Amino acid sequence: MNGISFLTEITPNHYLVLSAVLFSIGLAGVLLRRNLIVLFMSIELMLNAVNISFVTFSKVHGRVDGQVMVFFVMTIAAAEAAVGLALAVSIFKRFKEVNIRFFEHLKG
Amino acid sequence: MNTQILIAILLLSPVVGFLLNGFRFRSTNYVSAGAIATGAVFISFICSVLLFVELVGLPAESRTIAVNYFQWIGVGKFTINAGFVVDQISSIMILIITGVGSLIHLFSIGYMHHDKGVTKYFAYLNLFIFNMLILVLGDSLLTMFVGWEGVGLCSYLLIGFWFSDSAKAAAGMKAFITNRVGDAAFIIGMFILFTTFGTLNIHDLNALAPTVADASWMGAVTLGTLMLFIGATGKSAQIPLYVWLPDAMAGPTPVSALIHAATMVTAGVYMIVRLNPIFIMAPNTMMVIASIGAATAVMAATIGLTQFDIKKVLAYSTVSQLGYMFLAVGVGAFGAGMFHLMTHAFFKALMFLGSGSVIHGMHEEQDIRKMGGLKKYMPITHFTFLIGWLAIIGMPPFAGFFSKDEILWQAYSSPRGHVLLWVAGALGAALTAFYMTRLMALTFWGESRVDKHVHPHESGSLMTIPLIVLAILSVIGGWVGIPHVIGETLGHIPNVWEHWLEPLIAKLPEAAHEGHSVAEEWALMGVSVSLASISALTAAVMYLKKGSDSPQKIATSLGPVYRAVYNKYYVDEFYFGTIINPLVKVSRQIWYYVDVNIIDKATYKISDLVKGAGSFVRTLQTGNMQQYALYIVIGVVITLSLVMMR
Repeated sequence: MNGISFLTEITPNHYLVLSAVLFSIGLAGVLLRRNLIVLFMSIELMLNAVNISFVTFSKVHGRVDGQVMVFFVMTIAAAEAAVGLALAVSIFKRFKEVNIRFFEHLKG
Repeated sequence: MNTQILIAILLLSPVVGFLLNGFRFRSTNYVSAGAIATGAVFISFICSVLLFVELVGLPAESRTIAVNYFQWIGVGKFTINAGFVVDQISSIMILIITGVGSLIHLFSIGYMHHDKGVTKYFAYLNLFIFNMLILVLGDSLLTMFVGWEGVGLCSYLLIGFWFSDSAKAAAGMKAFITNRVGDAAFIIGMFILFTTFGTLNIHDLNALAPTVADASWMGAVTLGTLMLFIGATGKSAQIPLYVWLPDAMAGPTPVSALIHAATMVTAGVYMIVRLNPIFIMAPNTMMVIASIGAATAVMAATIGLTQFDIKKVLAYSTVSQLGYMFLAVGVGAFGAGMFHLMTHAFFKALMFLGSGSVIHGMHEEQDIRKMGGLKKYMPITHFTFLIGWLAIIGMPPFAGFFSKDEILWQAYSSPRGHVLLWVAGALGAALTAFYMTRLMALTFWGESRVDKHVHPHESGSLMTIPLIVLAILSVIGGWVGIPHVIGETLGHIPNVWEHWLEPLIAKLPEAAHEGHSVAEEWALMGVSVSLASISALTAAVMYLKKGSDSPQKIATSLGPVYRAVYNKYYVDEFYFGTIINPLVKVSRQIWYYVDVNIIDKATYKISDLVKGAGSFVRTLQTGNMQQYALYIVIGVVITLSLVMMR
């Protein structure tokens, strides 16, 4: 792959790189940020980065099952967000803050 | 009634009594506890009588009632049934056990009424009766062994009944452990007999015994019977394992009467009589049995001369009389052994209960030096004890005369007897007469040496009635086995006893010695009776003459000999020095070096290792969720790089 075509032509690689970059940003967010809301946003970012990969490969291989998978991921993500936000709300109610370290209180 | 049911009731009635009393062991109501226990044994006694009547009704050659409830063990060729046999021998035993047992239970109500553990006491007594019945009725050696162990347990429980006194608890332990030594030999004996004959059923063993002579190596039979005899020396207190019986007097006195005089200690004799066809096949074993019996009879009697505890004297007397029984079975006079077993059960139970009555009336005083002149305070006890005394020293026509005389005659005249055995037996009889007269003189006769603040009193009727019944039995009990010479003279009185046991007693293979005349038997009888009379008279003079100090003089003049006898020949010290202490020492070393230093250390090391590893792994679990996420990421990265690098 030469430099010119990379700039002029959009190939599946571009999508995969984008996916990887987004995933890394999300991962960094999950590992480093302490705010629960931001953490959820980072997780969403990771999930959607994966979704991009799914769609890309679906396009490349000309099959739909990758895209079907994306729908599943979105559903799960929605459910997970609902649960997570509920937790966030209860944490906030208790401690007036949504810092992740409060989950340490759940340790047995 | 169906014999199967009858035997079941016979066996289970004491169990029911045991359970009823056992579940309410905290109760101190001695009336209900005693009534339950005595009733339970009395029901067994009625069953025994019914079975006996049934047995008498059967024709002489098939006098056996055998029942089989279920198969207990079945492994290949080895089958043991929960089977019980009532025959000529065991019917006598169950009559003694339940009959004398009922009387002693009755006596116990009076004797133990002040005790807090009275319910527990009666529960143990009932359990003992049950086990004793299993012992005598079991149709195989293993069933017998179950009862054998069971009576050992009850003996232990009852010797250590007042366990808060550590000396008494130790006496219980001593009895148990000494018996364990014998029991180990008994088990080995069973192994040997099983490998030789392929069965443990007593009837089969007895039937096979005569055929073994030409079929297999006789050494096995000798060894097996010898092992069984060692088991008997433990249970029946013979040299070398007799040491536990005198200490067993720590238990309540009725227990001494029931277990350590009348029933349990005779189990060894019973076992040998039961297996007499096998023992007959082993003349060497029989010789050992006779010698040990004679030696025990004399040695225990000499110790009895010097003791001052009323129960200790009786205990050594029991050891000595058991020696007579072994002497009898050792010379092949199994019937005479059983006969002495029965008469001894009567008069020794009587004397133990009498001593219990004395101890009770003297407020727990057992030292005969502090008694004397009790005759006027306790007339009934004195009179019954007097009968027991006449019986044990072998005065005709009391029970002991017939059985002891039969044994002495057999020791002399039997093909396996020897004149030395007779000498030992006669000497033992003389010694017995001496120490028993000494006991009578110091306890009941002469001047009172009772403490001023002790007021001896006669016991209540609960205690005197059993004494009276046993006294009657001690008089007439011997009349079932009147020897031929006397029977002939008095006009054809048959020897019922010999006739009754005949079908179960094997004949000695050796031909009887020729030339034992009737005159000889009379002569020997006269010698032993006059020996006993002379020594009894001597004792009476020595201990009753006012201001007589001849016993002390003799004791001082004998010096070291007297001290050795008084200290029971230092046998206990010898055992401690040569066996127990070295064993304890070695065990302690093994405990320290092997257990503490190797086994314990190894387990501690392993647990430290696990603990250390655990505390390291625990640091990974912080509860910080983001750290967990990081672990996942690291894991994924490592896995992916491994996958990609391939």
